[in-house]
Amino acid sequence: MATKKLLKGNIALCHGAVAARCDAFFGYPITPQNEVPECMSELMPANGSVFIQAESEVSAINMVYGAACAGKRAMTSSSSPGVSLKQEGISYIAACELPCVIVNVQRGGPGLGTILPGQADYFQAVKGGGHGDYKLLVLAPWSAQECYEFMPLAFDLADKYRNPSMILMDAIIGQMLEPVDMHKNFDIVEYPKPWATNGARGRAHNIINSLWIDPKTMEGLNQKLQAKYADMQVHEVRFKEYQTEDAELVMVAYGSPARICRSVVDMAREEGMKVGLLRPITLFPFPAMQINDMAKDGKRFLVVEMSCGQMVEDVKLAVNGASDVEFYGRSGGAVPTPTEILNEVRARFGKPPVVSHYSSRKESAV
Amino acid sequence: MQKVFERPKGLTDTEFTYCAGCLHSTIHRLIAEIMEEMDIIHQTVGVCPVGCAVFMYEYMACDIIEASHGRAPSVATGVKRMLPDRLVFSYQGDGDLASIGTAEIVHAAGRGENISVIFINNTTYGMTGGQMAPTTLIGQKTTTCPSGRDPHVNGYPIRVCEMLATLDGPSYIERVAPTSPAGMSKTKKAIKHAFQNQIDGKGFSLVEVLSNCPTNWRMTPIDSFKWIDEKMSEFFPVGVFVDR
Ligand SMILES: Cc1ncc(C[n+]2csc(CCOP(=O)(O)OP(=O)(O)O)c2C)c(N)n1
Ligand code: SF4
Repeated sequence: MATKKLLKGNIALCHGAVAARCDAFFGYPITPQNEVPECMSELMPANGSVFIQAESEVSAINMVYGAACAGKRAMTSSSSPGVSLKQEGISYIAACELPCVIVNVQRGGPGLGTILPGQADYFQAVKGGGHGDYKLLVLAPWSAQECYEFMPLAFDLADKYRNPSMILMDAIIGQMLEPVDMHKNFDIVEYPKPWATNGARGRAHNIINSLWIDPKTMEGLNQKLQAKYADMQVHEVRFKEYQTEDAELVMVAYGSPARICRSVVDMAREEGMKVGLLRPITLFPFPAMQINDMAKDGKRFLVVEMSCGQMVEDVKLAVNGASDVEFYGRSGGAVPTPTEILNEVRARFGKPPVVSHYSSRKESAV
Repeated sequence: MQKVFERPKGLTDTEFTYCAGCLHSTIHRLIAEIMEEMDIIHQTVGVCPVGCAVFMYEYMACDIIEASHGRAPSVATGVKRMLPDRLVFSYQGDGDLASIGTAEIVHAAGRGENISVIFINNTTYGMTGGQMAPTTLIGQKTTTCPSGRDPHVNGYPIRVCEMLATLDGPSYIERVAPTSPAGMSKTKKAIKHAFQNQIDGKGFSLVEVLSNCPTNWRMTPIDSFKWIDEKMSEFFPVGVFVDR
């Protein structure tokens, strides 16, 4: 019996949200994630849940805030310019320690940019994004299957840490059709939410607030948040390695560039170059310790991103001078080809560049 | 001895921080009395604004949420859609509702969202020190229109009730002025009606309360009441705009 369905990443994540028993979706259309609100407008009511197309991203994230206050599982989805608009609300949600899930199907920017894929919202996603000292739990799927599976994970982590989670993907992952195994059983944990503002019957009134005028109280809250983020750093780091054991050069990439890099590892290995790939799955918390261990082991790094260089800074921080970190990036909607990356790898092994492999079997396997 | 007047159960013991003579205090008390009389304290979720009423979460005995500036109608929407059997109200100033949060209030009203909005119009930004609001009257002096609001420079004041009354979504819109005992009981009746509407599932209600800001208006509380009755109510007439 066929257990797999051919789905776009954007659609797979909607099914993942339903599997996560998401109570509400609030969104506003923006390419390349329009399939998400479209699909959710069918899936949510069909499952007895709420779908609202808000008048703006600003409103959508504040509806998420209200629904999260009510103790329910709420999410929103958008793409780069829309996620910028959500930042104020995200900062409030993080400050109030409310759980929710925000999806960013990134396009190229800055500004209105392009609807083609990008990864230039990395800083915004992992360094806070809005005002103040806060962090999101950031998960980066590289396949439609992971889009599906990361939704229950994102909701679970959000509830566990009372913190917003973000699914940070790019337009390729959102738009690509892939087989998705939907017969996975997720353990959905029901977290008690005694803090929810859902009517004070039989208890003192609950207040959800992020205004703390007294600096001691405000700093105390910041320290509490930082301790939570440190806890995530210990318990929630997720990453995948490919051929890193004996690698001299480790590529670091996430999302669709990581898939291209995996092919490049195979191509390089065929030519005798010892290359591997480390793919961070949680961009925050970042696999810094693991990268540092590799650096101390003498491995060098090549970071590949669809940006002008953002995650490379976290890799450099992780390496902390123990080894070399170099960067190759394309931006504004341009996607690096395997040949381009292979040539970057060849240069690091003192080999001359090769001409395009575009018609090769491996290239089309990407 | 018989107690004839006491603190309503809808209020906590926390002292208000409002300026002397400010109607925010009165309106809070009315909401608290209504919650007690309707026996809904335990099933009400309030959404407070950014403005002088930002500390409202400390005063009300119901569950309560602090929203960011202007976004209370969206936060209230999120709560209400999740908990349709709870009473959800937002409380917003004119800066909050008629300026930064115009889109949110228009669309919550347009959706006919089943929430109750209490809109405090004091024609100024009280909390930040008396700057011009969208509701500041022509000729009225504020710290950002020091020689008086000039429509050619600052545009015209916005009448929120009249504007929202053009929409099909709202079920009840009324403007009141609690500057007299009669005005206060009208205000209370209006807010109660808005809450009852919500309980009856009739959809969006908004009560605009003409309020004062003696501090930034640089008036005594008594003069501020007079100014509401004489100047403000001329541009913002009290009355029912929608009730269906
Ligand atoms: C995004 C944002 N912009 C500006 C402010 C600053 N701010 C705080 S209160 C306020 C005006 C409030 O005026 P109003 O809503 O009329 O309420 P009042 O203080 O008069 O009761 C402003 C501009 C803020 N907190 N957040
Ligand atoms: S500043 Fe004005 S609106 Fe604010 S509490 Fe004082 S009098 Fe009331």
